[in-house]
Amino acid sequence: MRYVNHEAVVKKMNKRLIVNGIFKTIFFAATLFALLVLAVLFYRIISQGVGYLTPEFFQNFGSRVPEKAGIKAALIGSIWLMCVVAPVSIILGVGTAIYLEEYATKNKLNDFIRMNISNLAGVPSVVFGLLGLTIFVRALALGNSVLAAGFTMSLLILPVIIVGAQEAIRAVPQDVREASYGMGATKWQTILNVVLPSAIPGILTGAILALSRAVGETAPLVVIGIPVIVHFLPENLLSQFTALPMQIYDWAKRPQEAFQYVASAGILVLMIFLLIMNSIAIFIRNKFSKRY
Amino acid sequence: MVQSFKKGSASQIDASSIVYDTQKLNLWYGNHHALKNIDLQIKENEVTAIIGPSGCGKSTYIKTLNRMVELVPTVKTSGEILYRERNIFDANYGVEELRTKVGMVFQKPNPFPKSIYDNIAYGPRIHGIKSKKILDQIVEKSLRGAAIWDEVKDRLNTNAYSLSGGQQQRICIARCLAIEPDVILMDEPTSALDPISTLKVEELIQELKEDYSIIIVTHNMQQAARISDKTAFFLNGEVVEFDSTDVIFSTPEDKRTEDYISGRFG
Repeated sequence: MRYVNHEAVVKKMNKRLIVNGIFKTIFFAATLFALLVLAVLFYRIISQGVGYLTPEFFQNFGSRVPEKAGIKAALIGSIWLMCVVAPVSIILGVGTAIYLEEYATKNKLNDFIRMNISNLAGVPSVVFGLLGLTIFVRALALGNSVLAAGFTMSLLILPVIIVGAQEAIRAVPQDVREASYGMGATKWQTILNVVLPSAIPGILTGAILALSRAVGETAPLVVIGIPVIVHFLPENLLSQFTALPMQIYDWAKRPQEAFQYVASAGILVLMIFLLIMNSIAIFIRNKFSKRY
Repeated sequence: MVQSFKKGSASQIDASSIVYDTQKLNLWYGNHHALKNIDLQIKENEVTAIIGPSGCGKSTYIKTLNRMVELVPTVKTSGEILYRERNIFDANYGVEELRTKVGMVFQKPNPFPKSIYDNIAYGPRIHGIKSKKILDQIVEKSLRGAAIWDEVKDRLNTNAYSLSGGQQQRICIARCLAIEPDVILMDEPTSALDPISTLKVEELIQELKEDYSIIIVTHNMQQAARISDKTAFFLNGEVVEFDSTDVIFSTPEDKRTEDYISGRFG
């Protein structure tokens, strides 16, 4: 007695192959749609903005005259901002991840913390802006400085860095940890010599991707009151400054048509900035990642 | 239940030659009672084999001897294990200290993704040896001790992952020798190896017992018969029989031991 009737299977085969083809087309169309929109966006920005990407654009401060408007203050300001966000968020984020993955015992409180860190990653950025305004700008009286904005942005991307670092640490096989413990190594020696060397490519990749989110984020900066027209460069961490997304936002909302082109040029600069950061992340991942 | 196996010839052994004295050891994973009233005495400079079917608790027992089993968060123990007459469960006995004296070789070769040299030097380094000259000597001595020096002496700086599985396992044994332990625990060290590599590791174990006490878990009964002096047969978390290997494999006292070694189950 056979249960599979091969003749019937062959007869129905055509129908199955057609359904397969239909779904393939649907999924391809979905991909194509996203790519097309992206291509149109790129085309518009490049065609509008590339004419404004002159050496003067990088040397001038903001101006009422579109031809004289430059991105110097915003570009340097964003780099200053990153100099605060990167160390603060990476040190706090990786430290938290190490504690949660390697030291924390499994109990309800720690499970609750773990779960809520993932939830924090989904909180809207404007909420973090309000938090920054209350704590750093007002309570700690840092004003709308590089430091206040840097701390706020660090809080914003901290959950992403923690979750990324936790995953990188978890990916280190348990048996090399056991090998280290088995020789009498302490937890910290094992983390430093075995876990981190293997986890660092993954940790850095996640951190850089999180940082590039911080570079492009606007809402928290608006909430904590970062100015848009700045005619000086920051001198120290307590200086006022402006950042790329603020500058672009300001240009884009101006009535003169020419400023739309300036905004496009600013977007191009921001995108190149992000592209460079992401390339570094990919480079680190490919160069240093060890496979088990 | 405890009386169901012979206590070796414990009365004739003087206390100083006993490395591990396990007394009424019980161990639970959560609610699962994995080890039940274990009493075992392990002598120095002998190879003690632990055999038994999967899930009988033999790996759990060997991992309890250096307290690696505590990496599982739900583990609870009762009873005592005296290592050189000191209870390893004492609050003031640090696991790091214990594991410096009791090395371990694992089932799957687990070298670090570092050079061969750094793998061997890892243990001495974490215990504070910095001198390059001393480290060089330790690396050579350990690799010779694990009978792999000639194969790797020209490429100490290549990654240990480039070696074959059998070579990796001997690197792991050398890494264990580098901390100059007193006891070496081996948890099915050849189960992931081919027959030729297995033979090499077995020969190595025979040489190592001159200087170390070795406890080896294996589910290969021929291996236990070939290399060990004493054999303990574990079943369902209990020691069914513990005696010299010759006795266990020729005239076992317990019916269950006989059934197991003659291949009737397991």
